[in-house]
Amino acid sequence: MTALVQSAAKSSVLPFVAAMVLGLGIITIAGHVQASTLHDAAHDVRHATGFPCH
Amino acid sequence: MFQKILTSALLAGFCAGLSAAALQLFFVQPVLLHAELYEGGDLIHFGADAVSAHPELPGFDPVRDGLSILFTTLIYVGYALLLVAAMGLAEARGVAITARTGILWGIAGFVAFHFAPAISLPPEVPGVAAADVAIRQIWWWGTVAATACALALIAFGKGWLMWSVAAILLLAPHVIGAPHPDEFSGPVPPEIAALFAARALGIGFFAWALLGLFAGYFWQREEQASA
Repeated sequence: MTALVQSAAKSSVLPFVAAMVLGLGIITIAGHVQASTLHDAAHDVRHATGFPCH
Repeated sequence: MFQKILTSALLAGFCAGLSAAALQLFFVQPVLLHAELYEGGDLIHFGADAVSAHPELPGFDPVRDGLSILFTTLIYVGYALLLVAAMGLAEARGVAITARTGILWGIAGFVAFHFAPAISLPPEVPGVAAADVAIRQIWWWGTVAATACALALIAFGKGWLMWSVAAILLLAPHVIGAPHPDEFSGPVPPEIAALFAARALGIGFFAWALLGLFAGYFWQREEQASA
């Protein structure tokens, strides 16, 4: 029973956690990864958004 | 549920991201281009001749500015995923989410992602001296995480213990201190750097408030559609 309740609680939180991980991934790739192509393409936005850029 | 979060976040992120991109192109980009004239040596601050404060700036560049629009929208979709997920978790615990309350959520997001890091690491105009980028990024993420936790404790916590922890989390990143350069070497006039930081924060504020409004609106709409 306890295991059942726990797994129900887990499954209800999972989609929220998945969305947060996806969101953090997007912000990291668009705003922080220093690969030069990405950096050049996102350069102006990184400055304008206040991310550490160079 | 995941689909509901994704739909609301994509719609809210696109609406707010496009608004942010338009505002940035109009208000922030000219300041950035002006700074780049100093960064590239076309203009020299404190050189032999006085320099006009109103030089001719490059106009709209379809590729460069197109990429900026794309990446601003992407970043706001990322913010929206975090915001909608947090809203959904709160709603499951009895917190009402509407477009109106969404504005408050958006402002909290602005404080966590833009304002708090900017207190010790202000938005940098191109050409400024700065410490190692990896160390600044670590400090930036730590500050965002600590501030977001503190705001959640202030909004939903009860009692002085939680509020005290929130105050410590808010202050700690700035007491520890952000990584700063050993020497100043930026060629850009301080007037431009100050305007850039103020504009970046101002536009961030409007864009995040819009993001909260759209996120609350679309989340509630999805909720009604699935009810």
